[in-house]
Amino acid sequence: MSWIGRSLPRLEDPSLLKGQGRYVADLARGAAAVKFVRSPLAAGAILGIEKPDDGLVFTADDLVGVKAIRPLLHRPDYVPVSQPVLAKDRVVFCGQAVAVVVADDQGLAEDLAEQVFVDIEPEDAVVDFAQALGEGARAVHPEAPGNVLVEGNIRTPGVDAAFAAAAEVVALELRSGRQTAMPLEARGGVARFDPLAGRVTLYASVQMPHMLRTGIADVLGFPESDLRVVAPDVGGGFGQKMSLFPEYVVLVWLARHLQRDVAWLEDRRENFLAAAHSRDQVFKVRGAFAADGTLLAIDADLKSNVGAFSCYPVTCGVEPLMGLAELPGPYRFSEYAARSRGVTTNTCMMAPYRGVARPMLTLTMERMMDVAARRLGIDPVEIRRRNLIETFPHRSPTGLVYDEGSYGETMELAVKALDLPTFRRRQAEARAAGRYLGAGFSVFSERTGYGTPAYAARGMDIVPGYELVNLAMDPSGFVEARIGASPHGQGLKTSLAQLIADELGVPPTKVRIIAGDTDATPYGWGTFASRSMVIAGGACKIAAGKVAERLKSVAAAMMHVEPETIRLADDLAYAEASNQTLPIGEVARAAYHQSHRFPQAGPGLQEQALYDPAGTFSNACHACIVEVDVETGGVKIERFVVAEDAGILINPMIVDGQIHGGVAQGIANALFEELVYDETGNLLTASLADYLPPTIAEMPSIEIEHLVTYSEATITRAKGVGEGGTIGAPAAVINAIVDALSPFGIDLFEIPATPQRIRDLIRNAERTSHG
Amino acid sequence: MADKRAVTLNVNGKDYRITVEPRRTLADALRDDCGLTGTHIGCEHGVCGACTVLVDNRPVRSCLMFAVQAEGRNVRTVEGLANGEELHPLQKAFWEKHGLQCGFCTPGFLMLATGILEAEPDISDEDLRDVLSSNLCRCTGYQNIIKAVRAAASEMRACQPSASL
Ligand code: FES
Ligand code: FES
Repeated sequence: MSWIGRSLPRLEDPSLLKGQGRYVADLARGAAAVKFVRSPLAAGAILGIEKPDDGLVFTADDLVGVKAIRPLLHRPDYVPVSQPVLAKDRVVFCGQAVAVVVADDQGLAEDLAEQVFVDIEPEDAVVDFAQALGEGARAVHPEAPGNVLVEGNIRTPGVDAAFAAAAEVVALELRSGRQTAMPLEARGGVARFDPLAGRVTLYASVQMPHMLRTGIADVLGFPESDLRVVAPDVGGGFGQKMSLFPEYVVLVWLARHLQRDVAWLEDRRENFLAAAHSRDQVFKVRGAFAADGTLLAIDADLKSNVGAFSCYPVTCGVEPLMGLAELPGPYRFSEYAARSRGVTTNTCMMAPYRGVARPMLTLTMERMMDVAARRLGIDPVEIRRRNLIETFPHRSPTGLVYDEGSYGETMELAVKALDLPTFRRRQAEARAAGRYLGAGFSVFSERTGYGTPAYAARGMDIVPGYELVNLAMDPSGFVEARIGASPHGQGLKTSLAQLIADELGVPPTKVRIIAGDTDATPYGWGTFASRSMVIAGGACKIAAGKVAERLKSVAAAMMHVEPETIRLADDLAYAEASNQTLPIGEVARAAYHQSHRFPQAGPGLQEQALYDPAGTFSNACHACIVEVDVETGGVKIERFVVAEDAGILINPMIVDGQIHGGVAQGIANALFEELVYDETGNLLTASLADYLPPTIAEMPSIEIEHLVTYSEATITRAKGVGEGGTIGAPAAVINAIVDALSPFGIDLFEIPATPQRIRDLIRNAERTSHG
Repeated sequence: MADKRAVTLNVNGKDYRITVEPRRTLADALRDDCGLTGTHIGCEHGVCGACTVLVDNRPVRSCLMFAVQAEGRNVRTVEGLANGEELHPLQKAFWEKHGLQCGFCTPGFLMLATGILEAEPDISDEDLRDVLSSNLCRCTGYQNIIKAVRAAASEMRACQPSASL
């Protein structure tokens, strides 16, 4: 009986449920409190910093020999900018750390921080695209005069011809507001100095512990072995916790400088101001369609506001270059032109957030399909049918190779689940009664589990991608797998234990996964980009398979049979032919303690494995039904259906959980959440009273249908599923709103579609029709 | 900074004699002075509910209450929910229904739900959703939280000794 495919309750949960989780703040006891003094202005020259007479206060001048964070991309169109860990001569966004104070407790640290006065000569802030790209725009960084930090271009030879031949050209301009990942646990770190070893242990709420160690050691200029980074229990990340932030560098510097334990626990306001933001994009796109709805070509101008700095290690290229490469999505067309720019502004740095460019590019393509369908008089489902990719491997116009998927099938499944014909009748009746219901669809691909080739193609200086696993069965028959991935809520330890259990024939409760500690795990890249199940899972499968071979070899020698005849299951080694069994624990003990008997196997049961795949595409269709209250502009989601294909499900309950959470964040992107800067670059939404994540009251119940396509591109046959929910939901919701409001002839191209925006559109439509 | 005051907090039936500044929140006092770090802090401005504890059996945002205000009251935190190794029905249901991912919001939801279900064992579904909307979760989309609380509610009702017998 297989453990894979079972909704096993998570092994992680009992301690978390009892309040025995260990998050960073729980590890801060006895450490001095650190508080950052942040710039109240978005742009300006620092004229001076007044420190109080007493107390530990440090500024950039104190950080002698500390380098700036300087992420690199090896592309001619990339302009590197340096991020000082404390602002030096000038500030470039509101919330940038300018000084740091240390005191005995948090309250005292806050008191001390209030006594630091930063004198800034303000400059005009560059906040949005118009300001950054306009004629004579002020440069946010002197090294990037046009405010473009990265620019990608592509043009296939037949684009112009395709537009010339088109029966219909659809031109759209889409905007996504600025969002934040907003993990419920904000950032934080505790740096403990060990005077004996002269070494610092940094406990930090992060997704990439090894990368953080590399980054901090490089910036501070010491050997990596002088630092251990531990990611303990992490209260959500969603991408926000994968970059190297200045605060962690300063924290380690303080621990070494003061030879003292120090803790920085970010508050929510700081998290809004100075962690990482995301989205804030404008996509201007034209699509050329044949009369039968066939998409012939896309021509796109993509702009991503990347904020004041480039994030380390993935750089500010992550949004624009993914947008460029993946805009074609699930559609089959061959002519493609695009220009994609990362534009710097005096706003908080952007970093990857669940979905990265894909929520926006999916919104773009899915709005495009609906608008084209309407203009050409084709049903929206039918136009997708005519354009979805259906032969594999599929090569996109940007050269991406899609492995087997079920694009059309998931869409048909979602259409069926929604029962569209019945809905259309209900919609008509509701309209007659003055109620506005709409249905919307969104079909998309989700590129997951990609290894070094994908990152190398972006010209990255630091090329992430592979995962190493060290796996051992100990003499008692228990298994330890040390992974470079770093889960933070995904239940990865449970899923990997199920996978390993199947390979080794032991129950998952005998498998311990060790993660998130640079002292205890092989160098690896952490958990992001829907990669861990695919890549760390693949490495675990290979390593466990190798250990299983050793185990079989030893068991076979013990039972005097051939290794091929041994089967591992139920914690036993079965010699099928001779009907003998041995407990796996006994075999394991012999492998270590009687190794002289098994020269063919070698001593012990330990293996390392590497997995570095090219990547695999998951796919899904989201469909939803909404009701729009035309008086208030409020949107209620009545049904939300996800038909998805992420290959085989290791733990279906965990997969569904990933989809639920992703969809909630996608709905938030579509309807609720928006970070707003005023024209001076001051953030107006720096509290949970102003920034509105959905509560249970706003969430529909999510219906999920699974399809399983077997792909050779992933050795576990599992594809990544961490981001799909977030990618697909905004387009489905917005398409449904437009459908609901079709009597008004309204189109919607901006998210979040807040009540205010929807009311504005309705008001304008009514004015036009009455005027 | 004002002078510190001696306060006795009764948490999960046990007295903690602590000395705190009057401005110290109950959340900080529980975590830092009593060492009960199961209560989490997500916003410190009363919105997220991660810090929810029960004070005299009513759900309270412990980041919005001062430790000194809790003197003489009966405070319950997530650490007091399980009976030794035996999980509370809510904890069990959250485990079985996958009501948590990162687990950061979980203590707050568990205490909020405990407060509701003890006060109103027969609460309607609509009211239940209404009350649960006081806390934020960023991971689960709430789908399995509501399932878990419903499951625990029926379990708790079934275990309740019926008054009429
Ligand atoms: S920490 Fe108390 S409500 Fe958020
Ligand atoms: S489980 Fe992560 S915030 Fe709720």
